[in-house]
Amino acid sequence: MTETDTTTLEVAKELDCIGMFCPMPIYKASMAMKGLETGQILKVLSTDLGSVADFPSFARQANHELLATDEADGVHIFFIRKGGN
Amino acid sequence: MEAATPKKPRRIALVASKGTLDQAYPPLILATTAASMGWEAGIFFTFYGLDIIHKKKHTKLGVPPLGNPAMPVSIPNLIGALPGMTAMATSMMKGWMEKAKLPTIPEFLDMAKEMDIKLFACSTTLGVMGITPDDLIEGVDIAGAAAFLDFAADSNIQLFI
Repeated sequence: MTETDTTTLEVAKELDCIGMFCPMPIYKASMAMKGLETGQILKVLSTDLGSVADFPSFARQANHELLATDEADGVHIFFIRKGGN
Repeated sequence: MEAATPKKPRRIALVASKGTLDQAYPPLILATTAASMGWEAGIFFTFYGLDIIHKKKHTKLGVPPLGNPAMPVSIPNLIGALPGMTAMATSMMKGWMEKAKLPTIPEFLDMAKEMDIKLFACSTTLGVMGITPDDLIEGVDIAGAAAFLDFAADSNIQLFI
């Protein structure tokens, strides 16, 4: 992953998964992706420690692109661009 | 040039053989995660695992403290054997699940069905335990081992839980 200035990303939808655990952040992200068009960006907030490893795998398996990750005060932030099917 | 053939989705095949609350979660978590990533997923519910899709029992799965040294609050077997201890341990575990915002087993089953996860009910278990198809939740397929193995043979991952 290259360094991305996340402040310039146009986020189509933000998903709050704070306080949830696996599989809910991934499940909710996949549901949220269904409502987006190819190329649109989903931002996910998660406090599940597993999410750090899970979101790169989710993006790879579901053919999305993980553009950037961030962390602030224990909240992990993921920017994922919806891929084509 | 050859026409591009659509990529075959990955697939996971799971056997759920245990009917305690703690053992009901892993197959449902793995299957819903797989489906979230665009995979096909199927679960074969067999022996006590059939309780997970039993209409009356799936809402009442329990976790026994007896012979279970992994309980976070250590309960000696002598105490764990007392009446009411399984209910107490079960209610404790349900409390943790709720606090962690984890869906209940019925909620997980609804998610699974919405995601087209295949739910196979083992026909031998039905026969052995005297359970009828009407005793099971809606949306499950009655199957024998051959039908499940047919599904599992084309799977990338097969797990027995």
